[in-house]
Parts: sequence; C-alpha cells; structure tokens
Amino acid sequence: VNFYERQQRNRRLTALLIGSFVLLFVALGVAIDVAVAGLSVGGERFPYLTLVALLTAIGIAALGHYRGADWVMASLLAEPLRDGDAEHRELQNIAAEMAIASGLPRPRLLVIPDPSPNALAAGRDPAHATIAVTSGALAVLDREETQGVVAHEMAHIANRDTMVMTTVAVLFGGVVMLSDWARRSLYLARDRKSGGHLLALVLAVGLVAISPLLSRLLAMAVSRQREYQADATAVELTRNPEGLARALEKISSSRFPFRAATRGTAHLFIVSPLGRRADEREGAWAALLATHPPLADRVALLRGMAA
Amino acid sequence: MRPMIVFLALVAAVGVWGVWTYNRLIGLRNQVQNAWKQIDVQLKRRHDLIPNLVAAVKGAMEFERDTLERVMAARNRAVAAPSRQESVAAEGELSRALRQLLAVVENYPTLRANENVLKLQEELTTTENQLGFARQFYNDIATRFNTQQEVFPASVIAKQFGFQRTELFVADDADRAVPSVDLSLRQAR
Repeated sequence: VNFYERQQRNRRLTALLIGSFVLLFVALGVAIDVAVAGLSVGGERFPYLTLVALLTAIGIAALGHYRGADWVMASLLAEPLRDGDAEHRELQNIAAEMAIASGLPRPRLLVIPDPSPNALAAGRDPAHATIAVTSGALAVLDREETQGVVAHEMAHIANRDTMVMTTVAVLFGGVVMLSDWARRSLYLARDRKSGGHLLALVLAVGLVAISPLLSRLLAMAVSRQREYQADATAVELTRNPEGLARALEKISSSRFPFRAATRGTAHLFIVSPLGRRADEREGAWAALLATHPPLADRVALLRGMAA
Repeated sequence: MRPMIVFLALVAAVGVWGVWTYNRLIGLRNQVQNAWKQIDVQLKRRHDLIPNLVAAVKGAMEFERDTLERVMAARNRAVAAPSRQESVAAEGELSRALRQLLAVVENYPTLRANENVLKLQEELTTTENQLGFARQFYNDIATRFNTQQEVFPASVIAKQFGFQRTELFVADDADRAVPSVDLSLRQAR
C-alpha cells in the first residue's frame, strides 16, 4: 500500500489545525488587550495578554502533540493489559500479527472496561501509537472479528489519521466546548444590562465569531472518507473482509451506550460511540453532522470486497 | 551560449533523476531483505515455541500422541534442514502437522476445557498467522521492488546497475490458506 499521499495530507492538516489554534488564542489576547487599553493600539501599554495567549497556546499545542494520546486514553479510563488473561493475550497476539502485516512497530495496547463494544487508536506517529479496545468488544467479538478491528486501527496509524484525530481531540474538543459555553452565556447576558463584564463579553464574542470556522476545520479533519479508507486498508492487511464486516455489525447492534466518550473524542472510535442517529441516516445534512459514515454502507462495501 | 545552458540544465536534471531513482531502488532492496529476515524470525519463533507448547499438553492429549510426535519430528527436521530448499520443504511439512494438531483440538470439545490446550491453540494460531503475514508483507514489498525495476524509465537505471528481480514466496497448496483463515476460535465463543 502506498500511504505517502495520505500521510502528507494528514501532516499538512495537523499543521493547519495547530496553526489556527495558536492564531485563535493570539486573536483573543489581542482583542482583550485592545479592550483593556481602550482601543489605543500601539499605545504605551505592553500587550501582556497577547504574549501570555501566544505562550499558552504554544504550550498547550506542544504538550497536546506529545501527550495528547495519553490524555485521550486517560479520559476514557483505559487500563493496561493484564498478564494471564486469555482475551488480553489474544489481543496482544492479534496486534503482533497486524504489526507484521503492516510493517509497523507494535502499538501500545490498552483495554477500556466498558460493556459497549468499540475501539480506537491515538498517537502522533506509529512509534507512539496506542490502540484501545473495550472489554465489551473483547467479550463479543471472536478472533477473526477482533483482527478486523485491530487492522482498521492499524490502518489509521499507518495513514497518520491518528495524528490528526488526536490533535483534533486535544485542541478542538476543548475549544468547541468553550465556544458552546460562550454562546450560552452570551445568550443569557442579553437580559442583564450589566456593562461590567467587558472581558467575559469580549471572550464570548470572539469564540462565537470563530465557531463557524472551527466547525469547518473540524469537518475537514473528521472526514468520513477516512473510515472508508481505513476499512479498505484493513482488508489489505488481513485479506479477510468478512471479519471486519461482522465486527461492525456486532458493534452496531449492541445496545450498550458508551459512557466515557464525549463529543470531543467521538471521532476517534471505529464506530461512533454516541449512538447519534445521524450516523445511520443518508443525505447531505447527515453527512455534515456525522463523524462516521453509515454503518450499512461500510458493511456493504466490505461484503463487496469478499465477493 | 543559450543552447549550451539548456543542454547543461538537461544533463543535470537527468543526473538528479538518475541518483534519485538509484537511491529509491536501493531503499526498496533493503526493505525486501529486511522483510525476508522477518520470515526467518517467525520461523525461528515457531521452532522455539513448539517444544514448550507440546510438553504442556502432553498429559491432556495422551490419546493423540501420534499427532504430537509428528509435530515434534517435523519441527526437528525443520531446525536441522541443511539447505534452503530442504528447509522450505520441512517448514511446509511442519505447517501441515500443526494444522492437523489444531484440527484435533477443534474436534474434541473436552480438550478445550483444559487451559493449557486453549493456550496451545491460541499460541499456535498466532504463530501460524504471524508467519503468514510476514510472508504476505515480504511478497508485497518484493512485488513493488520488481515492478519498480521493470517500469520505464527506471528500468534503464535498474539494468545499468544490475538490479535483480526478487523471487516471490510461493505457498504450496496446504500453505495457501494460512494468512486469511482463522484456524481455531470461530466457534469457540
């Protein structure tokens, strides 16, 4: 498989995401500086807040880049494998098989104690990649199906999707939450005629102003195309489309909700953990909202490869 | 004067392309060699694992002593094989013996109550899978190397510097199913 183009695209996208994140912070800093200094740009006052915002943004971006996968996994309460557990041993063996099939180093493996069957991968590059599988997935899926799931995650690692996705989760998951909060508080603040909270107002307006841009960037990063590509690459690794197809069916038919997953991490999973109906629907509007393509389409495509 | 500059620029461009192509072929050749070594690593791993696994289930599988002995004999022949050709034949024989052992485990539900037997089943399955995937990866890389040598204009460089086609790993009939077929646990749960 030639991953080069996808990798380059994902590297550029990650740089763009981190760049806009830093710019966003700096813009907010400048806005507050201007507001505090009374609109006298280039006055005597040193733009402290701009500087602080710049340094904070670079700090968060750098930390997020190197530690992001750990944060994501910690937020999902993922645990290391246990020695002597037969299912964990099987997962370890399967990951070794997929590492050989893809020519990549073995990923770190974690288990998320949750009955909802699902899996995800995170990490900035193949040497620092982590694959986490829920205990529900290990219980429900047989060996072939687990192999398909792990192959799908290895494909994300090989394509460097994990690099973009982890960045999205760390940087923009937080910002999206912030801007949701800002919009709500702006809406509430309309009633009260208090001019005192100028700072909060500037912050809120800034966040609301950039949120369309954010959504656009997120939609670009969380392209549903990635999931189709990862499914196809997984089949190239296992040469067994049926395993992954059955795994997707089993995962989608499970009725357990995934409690630890949030809107900030949903895009990382093999099947959307939020159970949003948008993922099952067709059409442009659904395509805009969903982080994952319709499962029926994915399964049909995989079955098509088997024929 | 100007035609001279154009000519020199062309020569330089061809030179740069030649170096780049040569380096790419060298890179691919190293990948092919590395992938081949990975197969050897997997074969070695299989040789090392089998005695322990067989010893652990000897008691539980007393009534299938023939199958176990056949595996051990095939393993010993594979380890001792003096030449590449004999090694390939012996490894194929070992693969068949292991498949038979797994089929036996599959056919006796009582055996699967035994923890050692289950462990044997999983470890043998992954060993065979890892070997299969190492061969699959080697064939993918080797195919890319061969193709790169043959397509024009890279073929000019390949011929000039004496690059050789690499043999693909050809599975015999019994081996053909190894990478994709899950040998064991389909009905296990």
